[in-house]
Amino acid sequence: MDINNLGFTTINLGHGSGGELTRNLLDKLIFSVFNNPFLNEKHDGAIVKIEGKIAISTDSFVITPIFFKGGNIGSLAVHGTVNDVAMCGAIPKYLSLAFIIEEGLDVGEFYNIIKSIKKAADESGVVIVTGDTKVVERGKGDKIFINTTGFGEVHPQANISVDHIKVGDKIIVNGFIAQHGMAIMSERKGLEFESDIESDSTNLNYLVKDLLDAFGDKIKLFRDPTRGGLGTVLHEIATDIELGVFLKEAYIPIEKQVAAACEMLGLDPMYVANEGVFIAIVDPSIENEVLALMRSHEKGKNASIIGEITDEHPNKVVLKSLIGGKRIVSPLVGEQLPRIC
Amino acid sequence: MKYLSEYRNLEETKKILDEIHKITTREWNIMEICGGQTHSLVKNGILELLPEKVRMIHGPGCPVCVTPLNLIDKAIELLEQGVIVCSFGDMIRVPGSKKSLLEAKALGGDLRILYSPIEAVSIAKENPDKEVVFFAVGFETTAPANALSVLHAEKEGISNYSILASHVLVPPAMEAILDDKFCTIDAFLGAGHVCAIMGTKEYYPLVEKYKIPTVITGFEPLDLVQGIYLAVKQLEAGKYKLENQYSRIVKEEGNIAAINVINKIFEIGNREWRGIGEIPNSGYVIKDAYRKYDAEAKFNISNIKVPENPNCIAGEILRGIKKPNECEQFGKACKPSNPLGAPMVSSEGACAAYYHFSTQ
Repeated sequence: MDINNLGFTTINLGHGSGGELTRNLLDKLIFSVFNNPFLNEKHDGAIVKIEGKIAISTDSFVITPIFFKGGNIGSLAVHGTVNDVAMCGAIPKYLSLAFIIEEGLDVGEFYNIIKSIKKAADESGVVIVTGDTKVVERGKGDKIFINTTGFGEVHPQANISVDHIKVGDKIIVNGFIAQHGMAIMSERKGLEFESDIESDSTNLNYLVKDLLDAFGDKIKLFRDPTRGGLGTVLHEIATDIELGVFLKEAYIPIEKQVAAACEMLGLDPMYVANEGVFIAIVDPSIENEVLALMRSHEKGKNASIIGEITDEHPNKVVLKSLIGGKRIVSPLVGEQLPRIC
Repeated sequence: MKYLSEYRNLEETKKILDEIHKITTREWNIMEICGGQTHSLVKNGILELLPEKVRMIHGPGCPVCVTPLNLIDKAIELLEQGVIVCSFGDMIRVPGSKKSLLEAKALGGDLRILYSPIEAVSIAKENPDKEVVFFAVGFETTAPANALSVLHAEKEGISNYSILASHVLVPPAMEAILDDKFCTIDAFLGAGHVCAIMGTKEYYPLVEKYKIPTVITGFEPLDLVQGIYLAVKQLEAGKYKLENQYSRIVKEEGNIAAINVINKIFEIGNREWRGIGEIPNSGYVIKDAYRKYDAEAKFNISNIKVPENPNCIAGEILRGIKKPNECEQFGKACKPSNPLGAPMVSSEGACAAYYHFSTQ
């Protein structure tokens, strides 16, 4: 498609009016990129087939900057929701897709975003079946906000619930933490620093499916530590189950450059966002097999057993530091702020 | 990362910890001056690995914690006047008398979080019709960069830039602590990064006058246990001298270029310390020649005066008289989500460090 011949170079209020300009935007850009039988019906909603129990998750994406190393707001909007559905022990199938666009958005940028959405959806095996586009006045948004809702079929062997977690269960993470947050941080105005750190944004659903195929209900919980990072998610789990979480810092995988960037900015990687990381809490009898399966997978090759559930220190996450001391990992309060010196 | 893994080495750290256990025969109170050291001690779980007899007292070296409350209100007043206020990150959540900078931002203030004050000069250049103020707080460590921003503005002829400065100095604070009648400090771990700028010379007279062992110390776990070991060794031998554990960074003469920049813009003057009060000759004030870059002179804000929350014992915490968990409000009325005082806000504040990391 030649985006230079659309007849418009920026998105304006008219594109959200529901009239001819909206139709123009949909036909020339959105439908032509996604081009699937559900959207081609041009109806207000979609009729889809789903078997067994359904998992649903919704998420809104407001990231700044909208393009970053390793992805953009479009790919993120697919990965984020696909992963949330997968964390329920489900196989994601369908996505809804809603845009709130600030008038003045460059059509080229919008086109790149929807192409990324299409690519990410194809790679995740999900279909965009319905959507919405609204345009708001300049200053009422921040270029583009995206909401996606995902629908998936719960895996027949899955039985994911915090209620199944027991003392002795192992906590396994699939790979390097803190990549996404530091990639975004490196490009944020006022904090720019040069690095090759890329967002880890990716779909995790196939690895999750393989784990469920192999281990079924011996997997007690999946959780993806996005905002708030690993520390916040583990703290939530500890308080939910009223048991303790014990971690060993030496086993928490972190890439050297990311560790150095965190050190430089005074940020704790335990609270930095991830978009391609998940933890599995599993029965101790299968810890090594789970680890081996994860490591055989591209998206789990840096997997590591980072800790376990304990009845000591209930409701708390305690981390054994590299030098053998212990500290509490408390939940994040507000946004993590760079230190003065 | 070079210099990180080496100084977080389990075996090396354990060896020195074992030595500390071996040589300690009496109770010793050692104050680490810098908030970064407090943060590292608690985050790495070092406190519980020390002998019970070695008690670490947390010092006043957290820039956020000692910045006077009225200065935060002044920064907020500037935001509300339509000034672009630029600040280091952990200043923005500290409660002023009515609200924090973060809350003032939510109400429409143009607040920018920066790592470098030089960036604020660029913002001033890009916004010639706006006033831009950098909230220049900190110890001797941040003073050179803040002073340099004024020099940059001068060189580029930028007149819409100024700094709201509250720079404090470590040696006068150490003296104030030692002069306090409740003081129980037996030795100091000197603030490594402050000395990286200022050098070590000004500490010799202090060590002599108060006969207090002082070890200039770094921030990694191995640095800290080495610093503590050297301090205990002096104490056990009944000696007092200045030692430099952080010699890979700290030179006797300091960073001369940085000192020159400081001296160009600032001169020594009285400064108010939050929780402690005014200490004579304890900070930097902007020299008359650079007064036009002083936000307090440029804007009509110098009369803002506000009282502290009476339930906050930050003063006693900062002077090392009480530990955070000895405060009645700790973890109850005062939490990072609702701080009564600054030490609960900054990650370098002793209260926040205890709240977030301590298992004690």
